[in-house]
Amino acid sequence: MSVSGRAADTPAIVFKDVSLRFISNDGNATVALRNFNMSVARGEFVAIVGPTGCGKSTTLNMITGLLKPTVGEVQVMGKPVQGIDPRIGFVFQADAVFPWRSVSKNIAAGPLFRGMASKEAYALADEWLHRVGLGKFGDHYPHQLSGGMRKRVALAQTFINNPEILLMDEPFSALDMQTRTLMQDELLKLWSGTGGSVVFVTHDLEEAIALADRVFVLSARPGTLKQVYQIDLPRPRITSEVRYDPAFIELSKRIWDDLRQEVVLA
Amino acid sequence: MTAFVSPALLPAILSDEALARESEFAQKRIRQRRTLIISLRVLVLIVVLGGWELAARSKWIDPFFYSMPSMIWNQIVEWARDGTSQGSLWRQVAVTLEETVIGFLIGSIAGVICGILLGRNKLLSDVFSLYIQIANSIPRVVLGSIFVIALGLGMASKVALAVVMVFFVVFGNAFQGVREADKYMIANAQILGASPRQVTMSVVIPSAMSWILASLHVSFGFALVGAVVGEFLGAKEGIGLLISTAQGAFNASGVFAAMIVLAVVALLADFLLTSLEKRLLKWRPAAF
Repeated sequence: MSVSGRAADTPAIVFKDVSLRFISNDGNATVALRNFNMSVARGEFVAIVGPTGCGKSTTLNMITGLLKPTVGEVQVMGKPVQGIDPRIGFVFQADAVFPWRSVSKNIAAGPLFRGMASKEAYALADEWLHRVGLGKFGDHYPHQLSGGMRKRVALAQTFINNPEILLMDEPFSALDMQTRTLMQDELLKLWSGTGGSVVFVTHDLEEAIALADRVFVLSARPGTLKQVYQIDLPRPRITSEVRYDPAFIELSKRIWDDLRQEVVLA
Repeated sequence: MTAFVSPALLPAILSDEALARESEFAQKRIRQRRTLIISLRVLVLIVVLGGWELAARSKWIDPFFYSMPSMIWNQIVEWARDGTSQGSLWRQVAVTLEETVIGFLIGSIAGVICGILLGRNKLLSDVFSLYIQIANSIPRVVLGSIFVIALGLGMASKVALAVVMVFFVVFGNAFQGVREADKYMIANAQILGASPRQVTMSVVIPSAMSWILASLHVSFGFALVGAVVGEFLGAKEGIGLLISTAQGAFNASGVFAAMIVLAVVALLADFLLTSLEKRLLKWRPAAF
């Protein structure tokens, strides 16, 4: 994906002093996020970690426009967020593939929704099917696949739309350790070709360090930005190996010290 | 110390022939169990029907009031061969079935449409859910009297009763199914680029489908009840009238015979609906 020179200067995502008041179903107001600032450059991979309930997922929902900030402004590609931007892709923690559609129909869903002719859409889906290694499973239904394979379907479903911004909400947390490592490598491989920006929310600190260029640590509720860490590990990374890098271990010690205080508070 | 064991060194009890023998035994046991269950079922039927017949013939119960299997069978044969007092048996079945099917179709289509419309609109659903609950708890069969008064003795009053019986069941399930649609799946579709209409068509309706189909099973039975009760209350033909005529003539065998004809019709319909359901829900994992 080519980005023109002038547009490349504006960051992909900007949070300007954003606070969010959240009204629960029984009418109680609480502050979910306080004075949050973040800027994600084009092509940058950012991870957000923090204790449970600190508003990590809330930030993603504000980028999609499903939630609006109470104070402050969220900008996508230099413009305030208004509704769902077609340049955004989202991978959910829960299984959000459609169980009544076969794998190839699931992958073709985005292009079909966006009005592509079905012949082209299925040809494109077939290409992505092979790219995520599910070539033989096009006619299977999601319940016939393993959890890792369903995640691959979800990745293909998202990547087929060529998102310039990819939002991921603890996408691999339900997978077992080995599958998770494989999926992280898969994600890095798919992402490296696109030049898009990624915001990856996780509670797994090692995952955040292994994947990201910068790690944002949030404090306990009401969530606020505690610290930003630059991850200078060289790319391309292989997540199963980068874990044993001394720099990786040093970073994860420092960030964990920071995070531990917040986890105790949460 | 565990050493690697090559297949050639496997004990004889795990050889291919031994395993084949084992599976043959296991399959034989499964077949035997199936035969046992079927024969026990037949035995239960024979005991119940035979006991009834015996009790009636030896005058422990009065066959005039409680009839007996042989008399009921004779009644069915007689109706099938010579026709009933109101015309041929097949004609009565056809009339009742027609009322049932028309009522079922109108009621379930209307139920599905209303359920989806209301389920997709938060305000409407909050306002109307209370009244729907109330309407659902009223014994709707009593409306049959109104329909017979208003719509006469013809088909319209039976269809109307069947519609009312079916509508609320299907509506309630469609409504619930729409509300239970997974919010992540809806968000996923929206972000993938689906318009509100596409969300309804390709996420909400498919996910409500298993709820809707479950209600269709129950509601065909309800449609049949609606049609028969409608005929009971006032009609010129149909199985319901056959029952009420038999009742008037103190013909217990006639009542039972009509009941059996109805049961056969209901079972056939259930079979058709089950195969439709299997076809539409083939994406679902098999139940445990």
